[in-house]
Amino acid sequence: MSAIATQVRPAEPPTSRVLDVQHLDVRLGRFHLLHDVSFSIDKGERVGLIGESGSGKSLTSLALLGLLPDDARISGSIRLAGVDTDLVGARERDLAAVRGRDVAMVFQEPMTALNPTMRVGDQVAEAITMHARRGSPDRRAARARAVELLDQVGLPDPRDAARAYPHQLSGGQRQRVVLAIALANDPALLVCDEPTTALDVTVQARVLDLIVRGVTARDSAMLFITHDLSVVATVCERVLVMYGGRVVEAGPVREVFRRPRHRYTQGLLAASDLDVGVPGGRLPTIRGTVPPAGAFPDGCVFRSRCDHATQVCATDPVWTGSDPGDGYACHHPADEERMP
Amino acid sequence: MTTPAIRVHELRRTYRRPRTSLRQPGPVVEALKGVSFEVARGERFGIVGESGCGKSTLMRLLAGLDQPTSGEVQVEGQTVSGVPERRLGFLRSSLQLVFQDPMGSLDPRMRVRDIIAEPLVAQGLPNRQARVTELLEAVGLSPAAADRFPHQFSGGQRQRISIARALAPSPSILLADEPVSALDVSVRAQVLNLITDLVGELGLTLVFVSHDLSVVRHVCDRVAVMSEGEVVETGATQQIFDDPQHPYTRRLLRAAPSMRRALAGAGTAELIGDAS
Repeated sequence: MSAIATQVRPAEPPTSRVLDVQHLDVRLGRFHLLHDVSFSIDKGERVGLIGESGSGKSLTSLALLGLLPDDARISGSIRLAGVDTDLVGARERDLAAVRGRDVAMVFQEPMTALNPTMRVGDQVAEAITMHARRGSPDRRAARARAVELLDQVGLPDPRDAARAYPHQLSGGQRQRVVLAIALANDPALLVCDEPTTALDVTVQARVLDLIVRGVTARDSAMLFITHDLSVVATVCERVLVMYGGRVVEAGPVREVFRRPRHRYTQGLLAASDLDVGVPGGRLPTIRGTVPPAGAFPDGCVFRSRCDHATQVCATDPVWTGSDPGDGYACHHPADEERMP
Repeated sequence: MTTPAIRVHELRRTYRRPRTSLRQPGPVVEALKGVSFEVARGERFGIVGESGCGKSTLMRLLAGLDQPTSGEVQVEGQTVSGVPERRLGFLRSSLQLVFQDPMGSLDPRMRVRDIIAEPLVAQGLPNRQARVTELLEAVGLSPAAADRFPHQFSGGQRQRISIARALAPSPSILLADEPVSALDVSVRAQVLNLITDLVGELGLTLVFVSHDLSVVRHVCDRVAVMSEGEVVETGATQQIFDDPQHPYTRRLLRAAPSMRRALAGAGTAELIGDAS
């Protein structure tokens, strides 16, 4: 076990913590997919989760919603404010009550997230009636509320839009509907998994703004997953960097992006920074590609692609930092690199 | 050598939508509304725009895969528009394409060797084995890759295979349609470097289509910004980025999230701006 396991978290006012993930470990078949992932998100806080495909970002988000496959072996704990049970090992019926009410998700591809045979207004209303706490759900009120939500996410003519089917809407409009469904029950935590990757730049700008305004108005916590670092910098306050199923670096966006410590974070930042240099010049790259699950090296997971790796990297790097939310796990951290 | 690599004059393309009523024909969509530009030899030319702006239609017309409603496309001084496929042999050897989705554009049942050799077969070019090995090396893959199938490669490697295939008949023009949009950042940087290197070494003319302004800025000398079937602004890359003239270009530039602006405190409200 790495040092994260032995870290004692400093005492915080318990009321502000919305999500607390401790030592989350996920195995599927013979693959060990998540290793000792610990982080927490406070009320109203927007946290980015970055990393390349295959680093474990989406798996983490699925774990938060209890949507991992049945044969996945999960250990650790996931606590959510307002929910008595631990989400790890919870029964499906308890999870179903939590999903869409306390934690909601915006997926990457809105066409597959929406039901193609159902009017979008009804889909928003369904999210409300499904979690109506007492008595029989009031359908009429739910419909009116659905139109209100569609209006809030900026759909033109929300009353007409509510009667549309998903295929009649554009990609950006569909993603607004998905957002309306996610925000319908004022969730304590909103998980966004690459919500704007499939959208055009100007549409992406609008949707990002709606997401931020939506969670700000509700004072919800947000976990925002993306591989686009400039989106994270624009939207989030804190960032977690994942590689090989581990959180390798975490901290405030401005610190991590201005002064990355882990060599992986440093490589990602350098490779994605197209603003500098002459047109047609060479970009810094991270050599090789993300290995497939199960093929990551022992010790530091990044050492097979790291230019700074030495013998010592064959041992597990310890977490340097005061708590799991601020620090890094690297034997040869970057020091002097600084962005202007 | 004053003939431009590509010359496009008043290019129009209209499509008819399927009819929605028995009484009237379907509505007409103007995908391109009179587009004109020239790409000089050896230039790296970017085309930027959002979905529906007509950039894919333009690509298809440049590659002779579709016919314009009116206007003309010339590649290296020869007319492409209105010419039947059997007389486009010159185009197939001088202009090649790299597509966005490397899985969708590689036949999953063909070995990499055959995929890369296909343009050579189509053109009846000799020494295919040697050429395939040479191409694999040029794009940074091992010669052993020739015997494998596309699914055995990662996204970035597949895009390398696409590039090798495009380079097989030694074209002078490379059309790249969103070649890095489906890739992770670190792989994106590798593929962009590869394209830049090859274009430089082989003296290719590059036409690079992307919705991502920062990628175009990095790769291209000159840019055309497209919106609703028209080129709204053309100019040197640096000039367009530093001093955009058209309101659409300004909106596009503002909407793209930037690390620098974000670290300086810009939030999502700045992406939208007040004007929109």
